[in-house]
Amino acid sequence: MFDTDIYSVNVGPVHPSTHGGLHAEAIMNGEIIEDVIVHLGYVHRSVEKIAEGKTYQQYVPYTARLDYLATNLPVMGYCQTVEKLLGIEIPERAEYIRVIMAELSRIASHQIAVAATGIDLGATTGLMYAMRDRERIMDIFAMTGGQRLLSSYIRIGGVAADIPEGFIPAVNDIVNDIPKMMDEYNDLLTGNEIWGARMKGVGVLKAEDAIAYGVTGPNLRASGISYDLRKAEPYSIYDRFDFVVPTRNSGDSLARWQVRIEEIGESGRIIKQALDGMPEGEIKGKVPKNLKPEAGAEVYHHIESSKGELGYYIVSDGGAKPYRLHVRAPSFINLMVLPLISRGGVFQDIITNIATLDPILGESDR
Amino acid sequence: MEHWFTDLFLAFTGWLVGLGLSPVLADAALLIIKWIIIVAIIILNIIILIWLERKISAFFQERLGPNRLGPFGAFQTIADALKLMTKEDIVPSAADKLIFKTAPMLFIVVSVLLYSVIPLGQDMQVLDLNVGILFFISIGSLSTIAILMAGWGSDNKWSLIGAFRSVAQMVSYAVPLAFSLLGVVMITGSLNLQDIVAAQDNVWFIVLQPIAFITYFISATAELNRGPFDMPEAEQELTGGAYTEYTGMRWALFFLAEYTNLVAVSALMATVFLGGWQGPWLPSWLWIIIKTYAVILVFFWIKWTFPRIRMDHLMSFSWKILVPVSLANILLTGAGIYFFQGMGWC
Repeated sequence: MFDTDIYSVNVGPVHPSTHGGLHAEAIMNGEIIEDVIVHLGYVHRSVEKIAEGKTYQQYVPYTARLDYLATNLPVMGYCQTVEKLLGIEIPERAEYIRVIMAELSRIASHQIAVAATGIDLGATTGLMYAMRDRERIMDIFAMTGGQRLLSSYIRIGGVAADIPEGFIPAVNDIVNDIPKMMDEYNDLLTGNEIWGARMKGVGVLKAEDAIAYGVTGPNLRASGISYDLRKAEPYSIYDRFDFVVPTRNSGDSLARWQVRIEEIGESGRIIKQALDGMPEGEIKGKVPKNLKPEAGAEVYHHIESSKGELGYYIVSDGGAKPYRLHVRAPSFINLMVLPLISRGGVFQDIITNIATLDPILGESDR
Repeated sequence: MEHWFTDLFLAFTGWLVGLGLSPVLADAALLIIKWIIIVAIIILNIIILIWLERKISAFFQERLGPNRLGPFGAFQTIADALKLMTKEDIVPSAADKLIFKTAPMLFIVVSVLLYSVIPLGQDMQVLDLNVGILFFISIGSLSTIAILMAGWGSDNKWSLIGAFRSVAQMVSYAVPLAFSLLGVVMITGSLNLQDIVAAQDNVWFIVLQPIAFITYFISATAELNRGPFDMPEAEQELTGGAYTEYTGMRWALFFLAEYTNLVAVSALMATVFLGGWQGPWLPSWLWIIIKTYAVILVFFWIKWTFPRIRMDHLMSFSWKILVPVSLANILLTGAGIYFFQGMGWC
């Protein structure tokens, strides 16, 4: 009697909750989602192609634009890849500074995820709380790199400059306040009845599906798999720090949300240890003026970005510019499970799922 | 102070009759004056409320809120209103133009009508209807039609989804809304709002009917389309819902109507559950303002704290929890009245 036609709704590319330029075409049967088709490419800037026209040094700032919410992480990944390709040694102090900056970026990125999930689910106050705390981290970035968002402070061979005066106390303050911040997010949102009802059992990603799709990062760990490159294949100096990899078994939106909040705390612990263990010394290793790898040299290096496994693959033809550069972008791969986890849910679940998958479109569209 | 307004009105009619007008015509003139005053009250209220909501939400969220224009940004609303009035009026070419243009007007008219039965003080009421509560509920439900018209007339998927949601929500929540007021009506034995206020001489109905107060509050939040039940608008999901295609003053009319509804529903809540205009020391019209604003502040508090509820949860919450609870409250009230009368206590 009440037959309804299947219709499609375009969530994005211009939509308040699509985090940039995502176009998710929802095939709907009434309020029930039949399927979701993810259309990408709205923020495509040829980031990989640009690399072929730039020297290795010149390309550093472009990498920050991949994940503009956690800028130090993609920059660190790229610099480490080039260093691995050329065998450049990095001084101890630079490694420690890099770890601090990277973990601060991870916290900032997860805070954006907290904020965005809040606003997407209608909790505007959740947005403001997380953004307020993130602002303090942005101040740290401005202090070191002169820029809040895209600071390119990490360079090939080390960092651009030594840490300024007042850096350590400021970072210490933030780290000490992190448990308080986490409590605030949890008190305001995690324990809320409506929040639980909207998140629990919504967008369930099973562990085997997560592995089959190649999902990494907090999204994978929320499905019960404790896989973190900082532990699995420690790069930089991550083997020196004591931290746990938070996991959840349910694989739903609430699990992804909780894993992110807990990771903020773990990053805080890493920063604290790094601040304590930071030695004096040089901040930049010996880097030749013209970076020219051997012809045919190729390298793959991956780091644990805030979104997942961020990898760079560089092939050199012996010139001053990469012959080919490829980015394994975690957001791109994580987004591919959106149709899988959204099917059968109601329309509002798409918004929840996009928010808790936490994709960054600058990385998905390279 | 108590009789300022009533004395003023009496003097006015007396003056008109003195001019040679028949008393009937003088009363009609007074009615027009009363409506003009109501509209003035509404506009003044909205100007204050928009500023207040922005300031309070800013306070909740550790922001500053409007702080540039006038003291504490008080004139920001006026500047915004001017901006909205000078904006281009866009009517989508595919829209059903008549319905599209009528919807905001209908919405605001319906909201203003709500004020006709609210006692704004002792003897201060536009219409002293003997079915005041019934009138309020039935007129209040009409705003659904305005939102449906907006959604249908816009010819936009988002608008239509928003409108459908709104209809489903408002129809579902009108049931517990009416049921929760029934308990009060049973105690007073009258649908007249002045009688209900008079019956709260000794004890407010929030004490006698706490369950009804809570169910009414929740249903009223849903009827008002306020957070966490702001389904029809749902900016983050439906990009503005039924109001997506509206611009400038037409959009502002929806906005104004929502605030108008907010004040009306809060005033009714103050009248029915919080003793209406009754209170010591201060004049009656000041008491109703204080109580209404207290209720509005709770609405603000809830909106800026909670995330938005999911549509299916919203519906099941109404039919599975609110309706049974409010029905049980009616049963309980009936049993209570029977018991009290049997004991000869009232």
